[in-house]
Amino acid sequence: MKRIEAVNDFVVKFANVNGSGSASANELFARSILRMGVPVSPRNIFPSNIQGLPTWYEVRVSERGWLGRRGGIDMMVAMNPQTWDQDLAEIEPGGYLFYDSTKPMPKSAFRDDITVIGMPATAICNATYDDARQRQLFKNIMVLGALAVLLDVDPAVIESLFGEQYRGKERLLESNIRALHAGCSFARDQLMPPHGSEVGLKVRRADRVGNRIFIEGNAATALGCVYGGATVCAWYPITPSSSVAEAFDKYCRQFRVDPDTGENKFAIVQAEDEIASIGIITGAGWNGARAFTCTSGPGISLMTEFIGLAYFAEIPLTIIDVQRGGPSTGMPTRTQQADLIASAYASHGDTKHVLLLPHDPAECFEHAAVALDLADRLQTPVFVMSDLDIGMNQRLCEPLQWDDSRRYDRGKVMTAAELESGKEFGRYKDVDGDGVPWRTLPGTHPTLGAYFTRGTTRDAYARYSESGKDYTYNVERLLQKFATAAEIVPQPVLKAADRKTRLGAIYFGSTSPAMDEALEGLAGADIHLDALRLRAFPFPESVRDFIEEHDQVFVVEQNRDAQMRTLLVNELEIDPAKLIRVLHFDGTPITARYISGAITKFVHTLAVAPRREKIA
Amino acid sequence: MTYIARPRLHHPTLVRNKVGYTRRDYEGKISTLCAGCGHDSISAAIVQACWELDIEPHRVAKLSGIGCSSKTPDYFLGASHGFNTVHGRMPSVLTGANLANRDLLYLGVSGDGDSASIGLGQFAHAMRRGVRMVYIVENNGVYGLTKGQFSATADRGSKSKKGVVNADAPVDLIGMALQLGATYVARGFSGDKAQLVPLIEGAIGHGGAAFIDVISPCVAFNNHAGSTRSYDYVREHNDAVNRIDFIDLAPEVTAEPGAGEVITVPQPDGTMMRLRKLHTDYDPTDRVRAMDHVQAHQARGEIVTGLLYVDSHATDLHEGLNTVKRPLNALTEADLCPGAAALAKVNASLR
Ligand SMILES: Cc1ncc(C[n+]2csc(CCOP(=O)(O)OP(=O)(O)O)c2C)c(N)n1
Ligand code: SF4
Ligand SMILES: [Mg+2]
Repeated sequence: MKRIEAVNDFVVKFANVNGSGSASANELFARSILRMGVPVSPRNIFPSNIQGLPTWYEVRVSERGWLGRRGGIDMMVAMNPQTWDQDLAEIEPGGYLFYDSTKPMPKSAFRDDITVIGMPATAICNATYDDARQRQLFKNIMVLGALAVLLDVDPAVIESLFGEQYRGKERLLESNIRALHAGCSFARDQLMPPHGSEVGLKVRRADRVGNRIFIEGNAATALGCVYGGATVCAWYPITPSSSVAEAFDKYCRQFRVDPDTGENKFAIVQAEDEIASIGIITGAGWNGARAFTCTSGPGISLMTEFIGLAYFAEIPLTIIDVQRGGPSTGMPTRTQQADLIASAYASHGDTKHVLLLPHDPAECFEHAAVALDLADRLQTPVFVMSDLDIGMNQRLCEPLQWDDSRRYDRGKVMTAAELESGKEFGRYKDVDGDGVPWRTLPGTHPTLGAYFTRGTTRDAYARYSESGKDYTYNVERLLQKFATAAEIVPQPVLKAADRKTRLGAIYFGSTSPAMDEALEGLAGADIHLDALRLRAFPFPESVRDFIEEHDQVFVVEQNRDAQMRTLLVNELEIDPAKLIRVLHFDGTPITARYISGAITKFVHTLAVAPRREKIA
Repeated sequence: MTYIARPRLHHPTLVRNKVGYTRRDYEGKISTLCAGCGHDSISAAIVQACWELDIEPHRVAKLSGIGCSSKTPDYFLGASHGFNTVHGRMPSVLTGANLANRDLLYLGVSGDGDSASIGLGQFAHAMRRGVRMVYIVENNGVYGLTKGQFSATADRGSKSKKGVVNADAPVDLIGMALQLGATYVARGFSGDKAQLVPLIEGAIGHGGAAFIDVISPCVAFNNHAGSTRSYDYVREHNDAVNRIDFIDLAPEVTAEPGAGEVITVPQPDGTMMRLRKLHTDYDPTDRVRAMDHVQAHQARGEIVTGLLYVDSHATDLHEGLNTVKRPLNALTEADLCPGAAALAKVNASLR
């Protein structure tokens, strides 16, 4: 058997039972490696229940800095007998199995192409602790200690993390350190040669993390809402978006409480459902407060009537959609990018909406703040299309940035003074040629500027109308506004191949880290692609140009129906034959292996494009 | 026909109120409802109440759902911003508007279909939250705008214009409002303006969620024999528990004779509500007895009108959320954005 040997480049997966307290030990494992200067990307794989079902935590260690899921497991830490067979099967040949050997297992339960490391963790804990809860918690810490020794993670780093976590709680600190040491000693004495076998996976200090931060996308989104000036949040709990509202609450309590009066400069309402959530932010947006809701696919479905109203009546609002697997309840705890069409064209009648497509937590922060500006500027719903992979996993990303000279763009709001000065007010009149009319806020002026908002047709002065001319004026102006949006939304980012190529790739959102890695791998195999990362819908002209400049363009996305490709074909009238689908939709995050595999296969059947370039 | 602007010539004798407006200043566009529709009388009562209370029209935001009733905000308070939202969802939009600016007066108008059918959930939750508002249901027992289908408030056994008998039990919005924590609950009749105007005035002065169920006959689809929402039926079966006067805090209140018959209820804004009781045993400050009373009369086929319940110490959603006194929509970057230095600290905690 050839053992896998790798330094700073491997995948460890923890198989746990939900609710067993493993989450914090797992996070410590990931953080300690980060502190050693080696990038990691952990991913939670969890069931839709609270206690008792299997959960996994997959940590990719990559000195190169690849943050996408790799696929394949080099070491399985199998702590859940329920999933034993499945977990065992996932280990790469030559890989490692770490398990709790308290209960003896028959030889037939193992594989002979892997290295097996058994630690009687339950037995040790039962002998050390009386309390059932302590046994459970400290078992996780002992295992962490053992793994640190096996993988060369410096236990002192874990201790310092404990120190930060349990500051001022000396007893907890001490008992955790004791459990950690017990695990370390056991591994040194019993699991390493000569008693055990060497583990070929090692962590070595590096300097590849820099000043990057480690944060969940949902927390970053919430901070973006705080920085972007949101004051009203209405929401209804749904995985994977709930932690946006919870983090918004947390950060508001930190930053938005008036120090003199103790009063809140924010209002958060957990509504009775998503219809009420969006109704509340529609009312708040109409009345001039920056407001958002956070939800996932099923919530978007419920909100669609209101989204149409907000589009047609031109009300600013921000919707954070943390996407999960659908349709229906689908795969509620798995990731997808499958709400694109439902969001882009949400509601009955002719509707189109602005979507922002963040690819990591730093961009979640930025896009949330930008969405609040765009909603006010364009007076329309703006979606931030995050997903479970970004939202609910801690991800290494650039530090969040804010320029203190930045001002909120409150859009075209006519003031009492402007009304007084005789400035003409036509609520639905395009006076600036950008399709965006002016609005007034309720209560502005005793006699000027009041208007009646409705979802029914009205003329440019907001008067009820049943005339087709008034209707078409309005909806064509909304198209003009959409064209304006394309110019001011976050623009796509081009990653050019290092030589001329006729192949392109379009991707967005959480596909980004896997795509970066795939591009490099493909280039190594002499397949060169220019890649364009979309950051918003509607598409600016540069997207059309990019597609036109290439013979074939792969559209890489995480849904079954090639929804982004559909939007490209539909909005830019691209010849569909030009856009090649690369689709991943089993609920796991897309991998570089998958992308390169699909592209390589296509290129080989095509068997012309890259070669011809090379000859030429 | 709403494009015909109502003639705005002011009759010189029209009296100005304390804030300088005549009653005409509280009117809106010409109504497009059927002649004789109860909803128009309610609009007139709203106009009267706002004028009498010296409310500046532009400090009112009027919101509604969808239905004939929900169209009415266009027909009163033309100088106020209005929002005709979606069917059954006025309460959530009003809640959000209220959160954005706590300084305005929020007037929600809905119908029985709008509030008791499609919008029952939002109705209930707005009451629970204690959103400070005047919530009026113009209750005709039918869907007027979609031409006469039964609504969920239609009484069991009542007959539609086409002769169909309603077999379903009615949704009792008053009972629900009482149970869900509304702090001002009243029922009026569009045909009795003398009672309705003070009920609306009381609701405007109230500090929390005020709900008024107004029986409002639909002359097109629910004013026939066999209907329990017709003008005739309501007049015959109306049992008023009290008459209220809504007045500014004034010393003569205490001088009112017949103390057993009159109680005064102070309102959070400093005004007073004076209740002239028709039934000496009726105490509108007792929620449980109010429920009892309404239910008992209902069982006898009687419609109890008047101020059914009031909690003069009511609080509202903003108090529950502990929001700042300044409207949230007036806060600026300086109030809202923690700034780059704070963000640097957040970043540092995430390494
Ligand atoms: C989602 C939706 N479903 C149905 C309708 C059609 N609709 C309009 S008004 C109405 C009933 C209104 O009844 P009510 O609230 O009692 O008002 P009324 O006309 O009786 O005053 C219905 C069903 C609609 N506008 N929206
Ligand atoms: S249909 Fe009925 S509710 Fe509608 S306007 Fe006519 S009378 Fe009023
Ligand atoms: Mg009705």
